[in-house]
Amino acid sequence: MNSEIPRKWVWIGGLLLLALLLMLPFLVKNYRVFQFNLVIVYAIAILGLNILTGFNGQISLGHGAFYAFGAYAAAILMDILSVPYWATLPSAFAFCFVFGFVVGFPALRLAGHYLALATFALALAVPQLLKYKKIEALTGGAQGIVLIKPEPPFSFHFLDQPLSADRWLYFFSLAVAALMFLLAWNLLRGRVGRALIAVRDHPIAATAMGINLPVFKSMAFGVSAGITGLAGALSAIVVGFVSPDSFTVNLSIFLLVGAVVGGLASIPGAIFGGIFIQFVPNIADEISKSAPAAIYGLFLIAFMYLLPLGVMGGVKALWARLRSLAAG
Amino acid sequence: MSLKRKLIPLAGLAVLCFSQAVPAQKKYDPGADDKEIKIGNIVPYSGPASAYGTIGKVIGAYFDKVNAEGGINGRKIKYITLDDGYNPAKTLEQARKLVEEEEVLLLFTTVGTPPNSAIHKYMNQKKVPQLFVATGASKWGDPKNFPWTMGWQPPYTTEGRNYSTHLLDTMPQAKVAILYQNDDYGKDYLKGFMEGLGDKAASMVVAQASYEVTDPTVDSQILTLKSSGANVLFNITTPKFAAQAIKKIAEVGWKLDAHYLNSVSTSVGSVLKPAGLENAVGLISVQYMKEPTDPAWVNDADYKAWLAFMQKHYPAGELTTSFNVTGYAHAHTLVQVLKQAGDNLTRENVMKQAASLNMPTLPMLLPGVNVKTSADDFYPIERQQLSKFDGKTWVRFGKIYGR
Repeated sequence: MNSEIPRKWVWIGGLLLLALLLMLPFLVKNYRVFQFNLVIVYAIAILGLNILTGFNGQISLGHGAFYAFGAYAAAILMDILSVPYWATLPSAFAFCFVFGFVVGFPALRLAGHYLALATFALALAVPQLLKYKKIEALTGGAQGIVLIKPEPPFSFHFLDQPLSADRWLYFFSLAVAALMFLLAWNLLRGRVGRALIAVRDHPIAATAMGINLPVFKSMAFGVSAGITGLAGALSAIVVGFVSPDSFTVNLSIFLLVGAVVGGLASIPGAIFGGIFIQFVPNIADEISKSAPAAIYGLFLIAFMYLLPLGVMGGVKALWARLRSLAAG
Repeated sequence: MSLKRKLIPLAGLAVLCFSQAVPAQKKYDPGADDKEIKIGNIVPYSGPASAYGTIGKVIGAYFDKVNAEGGINGRKIKYITLDDGYNPAKTLEQARKLVEEEEVLLLFTTVGTPPNSAIHKYMNQKKVPQLFVATGASKWGDPKNFPWTMGWQPPYTTEGRNYSTHLLDTMPQAKVAILYQNDDYGKDYLKGFMEGLGDKAASMVVAQASYEVTDPTVDSQILTLKSSGANVLFNITTPKFAAQAIKKIAEVGWKLDAHYLNSVSTSVGSVLKPAGLENAVGLISVQYMKEPTDPAWVNDADYKAWLAFMQKHYPAGELTTSFNVTGYAHAHTLVQVLKQAGDNLTRENVMKQAASLNMPTLPMLLPGVNVKTSADDFYPIERQQLSKFDGKTWVRFGKIYGR
């Protein structure tokens, strides 16, 4: 459908968006930048979940566990082995990829709701496992690990605002997110993406067409866990603190909420999902102190009623309608 | 208009400003001015720990009362309370919102050990007071390394020490067994208790056993401790394990001359009833606040004042939960700090005043429990009174312990 718009405008629009993204942190206070950083982190995590749930149709209620593993992997590497912060991201990805693959392999025997329950168990177990005494020297037990926020490698002023630690992390996270989204797009737009969707829509037909089901399902699990784990590592760097209470089962549920709200099987949808899970709880808290969770629930119901296919589903429907109007 | 004519009123204005500024010597940091003091607070209104949310609300209700009565030194309190859902990452986000965007003078009564741990370093880097945190860990009283953070309730170490003082007073020849949860909380208690016993610890403590939060039961630990022949037990356990331990001790017929139970697990409903009320008779613990359900206070003027406050300013609040007493007493302490600070409302002076409190009593604290701090003592409340369970309620007895 992009063929309808002249190439020129796509480029101009893209460049404007890029310029806005690059200027954004200098237009707002550090605290807002910190919130944007969390949006980016959540968007990457949801992207990971979306590959599994949206594209491959495997429901996971346990991605908070991979997020936690990534965060702890980064924290332990930085805290105990003094690894530079940027180097922890590939390690977190690799670690969570292997872990996801291992979890995904037995999960082959479980379909649909049963898989959701198995992964849910994982999400429930992780906060307790992180407090386990034998690994307390590594994890810091219930107290968690406090990390030092990375300083920007160089300094400059733009619009009278200095490049603070938060602003530097914004650019760092943005670059990581761009890379992850590009990788995901590259993976999903071609043969692999078609195979994943075929496995989701009709596993028997997919097998008949020569798709190796176990390999594709396990790989989807591994890549998905790896990307979510990398987001977790990024969150540890951005927040500067990890503890078991940061990764309760709620996190897993919120990630799934973000994926559905943004639009399942949509790559840009993850960004809207990230915005939703970062900002809607704050709005709910401002509306009512008595029942913020109920307000959150109302938001969610209203959202699903108005945009049943998520934000990206809504955007696509709107676009189709505009086109038919223009044609007619 | 000539220049001279313009200058005269200007000069007059300057004199006026000067003459007002000198005697008052008003000094302000962000969050305070002639009319208002901005106070930030973070509690879990949502999530698994949302029962604590009422602390944030009762504090707001108390500040409404203070404002209605004219405020503090003529300034109204602007109270901004936010939800963190007991998620440390969210706590940091909200703390940054309060400090960087709302520009509050200080943070007050942030709830829980993990959330406070997440902002501990940030608050001290920013040099913004993190006052009277609602957690009993001992690390909140560390003025050397964290001069901008202060606790409030008696730390677990102090409680442990108070039990050992009582033990030395009453049974210096006792043989003591200790059961503790193997984490920072359990070790804080253990440390205070051992320090309190001093040289006698080596001869008196005959057995120690620990358990993990992930353990299913503490039955085997109780059997091990019983076989040591001890006649006194110090029971450092969280509610579920406390109930198991009390029950098991009765089942195996371990006769104890004294059984100290940490105040974390004194709930009648969730610990003593499941353990069997008849098994819980004689347990010893501590109190420092007036329990709103304790019939001893029905005619107490202090309790009546609290009740009247609750009915007028926070009618939705439950009268049976001690959280509404905690928040009320916390708010009193902060009001005292701000009164003492006078017109010098800098963050530095706020910390200085918080570290020079000397209040012989505080509303809803037990008689004899004081609030005292100094430059190297960041634990405001350290006195407690022992109480014994009589099969129905906890009955306070004996003198006030602690410094």
